[in-house]
Amino acid sequence: MVKKIRVLVAKPGLDGHDRGAKIVARALRDAGMEVVYTGLHQTAEQIVNTAMQEDVDVVGLSLLSGAHMTLFVDVAVSMKEKKMDDVLIIGGGIIPQEDVPGLKKAGIAEVFGPGTPVEEIVNYIKKNVKR
Amino acid sequence: MTDLAAKVIAGDQRSIARLITLVENDAPDAVETMKQIHPYTGQASVIGVTGVMGSGKSSLILELALAYRAQGKKVGIIAIDPTSPFSGGALLGDRIRMMELSTDAGVFIRSMGTRGMMGGLTSSLYDVVEILDAAGMNVILIETVGVGQDEVDIVKIADTTLVVLIPGLGDSVQTIKAGLMEIADIFVVNKADKPGVEQAVAELESMLDLVNNPDRHIPIVATSAKEKKGIQQLTEKITEHQVYLKTTQKFEQRRRQRYEAELIEIIRKRLMEFIFDEKKLRTTVDCCIDQIAKKQLDPYSAADQILGKILK
Repeated sequence: MVKKIRVLVAKPGLDGHDRGAKIVARALRDAGMEVVYTGLHQTAEQIVNTAMQEDVDVVGLSLLSGAHMTLFVDVAVSMKEKKMDDVLIIGGGIIPQEDVPGLKKAGIAEVFGPGTPVEEIVNYIKKNVKR
Repeated sequence: MTDLAAKVIAGDQRSIARLITLVENDAPDAVETMKQIHPYTGQASVIGVTGVMGSGKSSLILELALAYRAQGKKVGIIAIDPTSPFSGGALLGDRIRMMELSTDAGVFIRSMGTRGMMGGLTSSLYDVVEILDAAGMNVILIETVGVGQDEVDIVKIADTTLVVLIPGLGDSVQTIKAGLMEIADIFVVNKADKPGVEQAVAELESMLDLVNNPDRHIPIVATSAKEKKGIQQLTEKITEHQVYLKTTQKFEQRRRQRYEAELIEIIRKRLMEFIFDEKKLRTTVDCCIDQIAKKQLDPYSAADQILGKILK
């Protein structure tokens, strides 16, 4: 039996910058994970449904538009409603430090800002994946 | 019946997803549930979509799925991308083209890595088809990895195989006559919004003239997933092919072929587990390898020894 970590990398909302998300997706693949990448402009509903069908262990959200307090939280709330509590949710992008506690309270386990070495994200996932 | 089996048969998306993960991971817990759902399978039409890289398979599948949804059918989609042989990881990106389906409760999409399997498929694919079938999908669309010439295993599992080509392949169509070109039940020339469609269709036609199949002419359909053209004609040709299979008894033949491939795959996996299990044959295998390296034993005699232990 071989268990592989499956990760959904998603870009909620309207910003069109996916370079960071793609770099993280590649790094996770190179670390042996299966990464489902869905592209730009996703709604919270699309992200949650995709996470469910793909049965991922981790949802990684990337956002640079400033709407994280709405969109990240929407994803976290909707996943909680669907009892997907065993899925680790992490975020990245341009997120002001003062918003991080609020995001964590809403269910985003960790937030990675610009300049984070990708190894740090890989190690965090490996250590904290819930199943 | 296991709780999971009952929920899968009832079409619960979360349970379908969970069971697919179990079979992908070769989890022993999945076996009992797979046994129980088998009697509920056999209803879905399985359509394989294969073709060269960049031929627009994902976009075409989106359009086919929308067409089947408009007919009220439930659609399962399995999209396969290559697993890296170096890291074991995979980037599964086929969903990018299908996101408008992701909130439709009548569609279930799963992305899969090949996980070391050759031939353009993944080794748990047979199981995943059974799961989606038992869960009530009427149509199952399988997207293979972008293929070259001889990744043709899709024919072992699909009722109808679409080979997707694009204009401008030119003489290279000639070079792929073997393999990929022999498995098509229907040829699709996608990206028909690009120049060179007529030529591509003509080249295919002249090639097919050389093939002698007295009871069925292989259709060629020009489509543009981008401009949503040719999709209805394609679904009609798929239906015609399915009627043809049923009226000529070829349908049973294809299904038998699938079950044969599935059975052999299960036996292969179990044999491999047995051979490489530390508690079973691993030590014998390692010992044989040492002897082969020292020329005390040849590989054929070693294979006989190992098989002898299994068959006793």
